[in-house]
Amino acid sequence: MKNYNQKMDEKKFRQLSRRELLKLTPILALGAFAAPTLQESLLKKGLHLSDWSSGLLFRKEHPAPTFADADVAPLASFPLNYYDVDDPGIDLDGWTLTVSGAVQKPGEYKLAQIQALQRVRQNTRHICVEGWDVIGRFGGARLSDFLNLVGADPTARFITVNCADDYYESLDMATARHPQTLLCYEMYDQPLTRGHGAPLRLQIPTKIGYKQAKYLTELKVTHVLDKVGYWEDQGYSWFYGL
Amino acid sequence: MRNTVIEIVRANEGSDKEEPIIVAQAVYEHPFVVRLCHWLNTIALFVMVGSGLQIFRAFPSFGAKIPERDLVNWPQAFAIGGWLGGALQWHLTFMWIYIGTGLLYIGYQIFSGNYRQVLFVRRDISGVWPMVKHYFFFGEKPPIREAYNPLQKQAYTAAIVLGVLSVLTGFAVWKPVQFSWLAWMMGGFHYARIWHFAVMWLILLFVFGHLVMVILHGWNNFVSMLTGWKKDPEYAVSGSDGTSDQ
Repeated sequence: MKNYNQKMDEKKFRQLSRRELLKLTPILALGAFAAPTLQESLLKKGLHLSDWSSGLLFRKEHPAPTFADADVAPLASFPLNYYDVDDPGIDLDGWTLTVSGAVQKPGEYKLAQIQALQRVRQNTRHICVEGWDVIGRFGGARLSDFLNLVGADPTARFITVNCADDYYESLDMATARHPQTLLCYEMYDQPLTRGHGAPLRLQIPTKIGYKQAKYLTELKVTHVLDKVGYWEDQGYSWFYGL
Repeated sequence: MRNTVIEIVRANEGSDKEEPIIVAQAVYEHPFVVRLCHWLNTIALFVMVGSGLQIFRAFPSFGAKIPERDLVNWPQAFAIGGWLGGALQWHLTFMWIYIGTGLLYIGYQIFSGNYRQVLFVRRDISGVWPMVKHYFFFGEKPPIREAYNPLQKQAYTAAIVLGVLSVLTGFAVWKPVQFSWLAWMMGGFHYARIWHFAVMWLILLFVFGHLVMVILHGWNNFVSMLTGWKKDPEYAVSGSDGTSDQ
């Protein structure tokens, strides 16, 4: 508490009040967010700050909560969100995953080769950016095991995927290597249905729904992110780790 | 904490022998950091609520997605961001300002000792009901001795608690895996989202009451949150020598 004189001249009080009011003017800097030319880049910076801190908060081994079979929602109430078509017309018998980039063994991989890796089944919560959530049962191979199979460069920082429905996504390597991140070919112990991304999708319990691309056709291991993601290019967060 | 009351004087130009005329009394009620945080928070809260409501529009329900039963079709005119992605940009940007302001405010209050002006404590409990009677049931006005009366302290303390809860529930919704313990305490992600929404409405309830009181208490009270100085506070005018409350 400042010690003021007991008596103060009227003019001096007015000056003092004005000075105290002017001290608040730095707040007007927030008005930059209302300026059309600055708004977009400021919000993008804010989103980047959130993504950057999300990366710091991410713990490589920390598992997403898993649930008992009794908590799993029936397959019929597991929503199908798709951005274009729910059946991109994949020939399931002739399907292969094209692997490229910083790997020792690039090429075409059949579903049987992925299914030959250790199968993981997990009941995890799927959270959509819209706000809804559903607990489902998923099965597949660890993406980490697959990256070992293809001989991915351990110094590579990202993976990118392309999909039969022209969707595309990318992941940081820490998330790609997380033990719960799956190349998912099963839901509810059955092969993926068309609507859920047959024959192969990403299932990542540590990420928001739109990162978990369906209908995978291509996977690339890379040092530089040349393609980000379908929704990210519309303005959504890239990292969006849960 | 009693603040120093000063007298604002006007030189008596009629005669140099006479004492200057006392035109008003004033008290420095709101330190700079408190005022700064108040107005920063006003803006941040406005954006957080507006963008939050736009995010809510994407799935205005707390049930399952299938079948989806919407609670309310919230009008876009009362939302910020235009669409879900835009609203998330606003929300994830202004949350830093909201959190930063909150930390600055709480840190300042604790280290400056100014928290005594605001914090609702045990001895304030008995003063709440007389104030409620006065405001809502035409009861007699209890004597005002401090900057904030007991009901005010209770409201402001509750608002600070709600602010903290809005951040905690927000982190449970944003990071239900990394902060799985936080989400777990709220019943998991699904319920954390409900809590986050409920806390927002409680904050809006406070804001409504706050604005009503600001209007009722007039100009000098409003100006005090801008300049720090409150002219002729209720608790000062009673003193016969103008220095009763020190």
